[in-house]
Amino acid sequence: MAHLRKVTETDLELLATGAWILGAGGGGDPYHSLLAMKRLYSEGISTSLLDPDDLADNARIAVVSSMGAPLVSEERLTDPKVAARAVQMMEEYVGHGFDAVMSLEIGGSNALQPFMVAAFTGLPVLDADTMGRAYPEAQMSSFAIGDLRPYPLTLADPRGVETVVSKVPTWKWMERISRKVCTEVGSTAATCKAPRTGREVKEWGILRTVSQAIGIGVAVHAARQKKEDPVQAVVECEDGKILFEGKIVEVNRRTTEGFLRGSVEMEGLGGDKGHGMRLDFQNEFSVGWIDEQPRVMVPDIITVLDSTTGEAIGTEAIRYGQRVQILALRAPEIQTTEKGLQHVGPRAFGYDLDFKSVFTGGEET
Amino acid sequence: MRRIGVDVGGTNTDAVLVDTNRVLAAVKKPTSKDVTSGIVSALSTLLDHLGGEPGQIDAVVIGTTHFTNAVVQRQGLEHIGALRIGLPSGAAIPPFADWPKDLSSHVRGCVIMVEGGHEYDGRPFMPLDESDIRQAAKRFQGEGINSVAITSVFSPLTSECEERAAEIFREISPDIKLTLSHNLGRVGLLERENAALLNASLRRLAESTTLAFTEALHASGIKAPLYLTQNDGTVMRADQAEAFPVYSFSSGPTNSMRGAAHLSGLDDAMVVDVGGTTTDIGHLKAGFPREANTVVHIGGVRTLFRMPDLLSIGLGGGSTVNIENRTVGPVSVGYGLSTQALVFGGDQLTATDIGVAAGLSEIGSYPPSTGSLDQEVIGWAMDKIHEMIVTNVDRMKVDALPIPLLAVGGGAFLVPNSIPGISEVIQLEHGAVANAVGAAIAQVSGEVDQVFSGIGREEALERASDIARDRAAAAGANRDDLRIIDIEDLPLAYLPGDARRVRVKVVGETASE
Repeated sequence: MAHLRKVTETDLELLATGAWILGAGGGGDPYHSLLAMKRLYSEGISTSLLDPDDLADNARIAVVSSMGAPLVSEERLTDPKVAARAVQMMEEYVGHGFDAVMSLEIGGSNALQPFMVAAFTGLPVLDADTMGRAYPEAQMSSFAIGDLRPYPLTLADPRGVETVVSKVPTWKWMERISRKVCTEVGSTAATCKAPRTGREVKEWGILRTVSQAIGIGVAVHAARQKKEDPVQAVVECEDGKILFEGKIVEVNRRTTEGFLRGSVEMEGLGGDKGHGMRLDFQNEFSVGWIDEQPRVMVPDIITVLDSTTGEAIGTEAIRYGQRVQILALRAPEIQTTEKGLQHVGPRAFGYDLDFKSVFTGGEET
Repeated sequence: MRRIGVDVGGTNTDAVLVDTNRVLAAVKKPTSKDVTSGIVSALSTLLDHLGGEPGQIDAVVIGTTHFTNAVVQRQGLEHIGALRIGLPSGAAIPPFADWPKDLSSHVRGCVIMVEGGHEYDGRPFMPLDESDIRQAAKRFQGEGINSVAITSVFSPLTSECEERAAEIFREISPDIKLTLSHNLGRVGLLERENAALLNASLRRLAESTTLAFTEALHASGIKAPLYLTQNDGTVMRADQAEAFPVYSFSSGPTNSMRGAAHLSGLDDAMVVDVGGTTTDIGHLKAGFPREANTVVHIGGVRTLFRMPDLLSIGLGGGSTVNIENRTVGPVSVGYGLSTQALVFGGDQLTATDIGVAAGLSEIGSYPPSTGSLDQEVIGWAMDKIHEMIVTNVDRMKVDALPIPLLAVGGGAFLVPNSIPGISEVIQLEHGAVANAVGAAIAQVSGEVDQVFSGIGREEALERASDIARDRAAAAGANRDDLRIIDIEDLPLAYLPGDARRVRVKVVGETASE
């Protein structure tokens, strides 16, 4: 049937770099997932990528993610077997197998989650996700924006705690129930979301984001190799915008209800000397304020990059004294529609703000 | 307050005698194979300045690159046991998973993972499997392992599992050396475990090195306490430092930069340290090196140590000059400089020869027997050297404002007199031994790491800072002059009353009598 592209170990490295940048500070550093994949590749296992154009309308797709707080996965390391177990549980529950596996979110370590499943199941990985970045909650996926059916969900923990959420009336209920279970098992768990058809994915998925993330990885690695500015390379590759350059002077974080919440304060450097920026986060960066005025907000992708290496810095690793550049990348179109903004706009994160993209009505043409 | 600062490098042992703020004497000797005799020789030269009276010394502070070099060169490391507590989590990424193979083959003795560990909120993850730990201890013992690294999931929050495992290990092997990961790092299992593994692999070397240092002091008749310098520019008593060799990993560059700050009286400047093989470029902020942003790799191993942010380029006094390709470095004659360079009668054209031929330095003898260097060669080679320094200084600057630059190290004369973005290039007296000066003036620290509850975050941070200040003052620091260099809090959501674990570290100068 479809043409499959073989995914090399280098592709996975590039994917990890790009996905971490698209993670908007959350989604967890893909480093551990990459390590786990490298170990599997060294044992001779390989994976492949499937383009959405080659997907039959009636194909059956498993949608996977690791759920929880990024800080927790720094200690409770990811495990491909548990990731695959969530998909097996779904097969057992719905009574059929799958034709491909895709990620819920391309941002952060979840970009590699379907590859971990693929390593154990042999399924191809679909070049698509449902967020185009990382978001903290289930109702923020494009399948939720499209009002697709939110259930069932399977959740697996390495200790053998296995849960099926068989039915819920809304995506928000799915988020509430699955979050409670996830928090109870220690704020990290492998999940398989509601299965999708090929047609649903083509209509509502955010397509070719695996390739997009690999592309960002290529740009960053090439810039580093040529000793050029990797931050600038990301800006050019993604047509993004540098919003601020500064040094971290204060980090306030707390883990509540399975999320890492808090804010980061920066003092400006270079052209931004004399100005201050604050970034709020709930796992991912949600709103950025320059001199107390809102400057950038969800769904625009706010990403914090190390000024020298271009490496993304996550909300769990950001700390006093780091020199950083704050970048905005474009949100997927579906998220800036009226319906999209209800799910992922600033009000969905508790801010009384109307969404204003840094990419529209700005100073640039 | 008279202190001796010593920097034991791979090539040279530098030593200075400092009286409060003045450098009274400085000496550079080749590092001896046994380490001790090189130090004894340097110390005796310094003591001559005090009329050979060792009783006038208040402290000896030694900085060494020994432990970093051991890891980088894969030498002097021992095979260790690795115990990870946290199964069934993390089984897919065992200890040593991300180590370079050539390094792990020197360190990896036996790896065992057992059940236990904690959740992010302090609840137990799995009950600690004490019988498995007992078995692990016996197996390590059976395999002749003397040093073990113990790492438990979420031990920075609660060290209970690591402490209990240590007790069991000591019951079975009373002499075993244990490194517990919670003493070395924070949240980030793999990086903390890597630090613990590296530390465990260096324990034997640390013991013999500290012994060599102590013997050198005895042989010189010095009874003053011995300190070793740490990454952050502070000192630790040698008997404590022996258990934590990884803490001294990058103390060399830190000492160099702190020494440059001290010698110049400047707190905010670029520092260019031109050694034999490499040049380190760093940025002094408030008298301390600016720290690197993210993970730091030591000999290819990922860690979360706080390290100075340095740009190291392959240019030094011993860099070889290739006339056909018109290149300088990165190959260097290294410690062979004093025999192989033209100005020392050798036959290898080096950056030092170019500097001498250009009239920037008078070391060795010029012209050599083979005759003067071609003016054209001197011209392009000097341009090349200057260009390498200028470009990389610019890369390390944080903003466009002009600031001064301090040139130190044996090859400091290779630094150009004028650099764009630099207000003034300053060649320091005693700059060649800035690292030893940095060791001599290293500061005292005070640290706290405890759980506070029933008070808000601000108050918890304030109280922790006060305790850290008290401890620094008790260790001899001037209380009015302490700076917080590390402050971190982790909420413990499972405990009532807004409980949080707070770590604070403060540093300061030693109080003068």
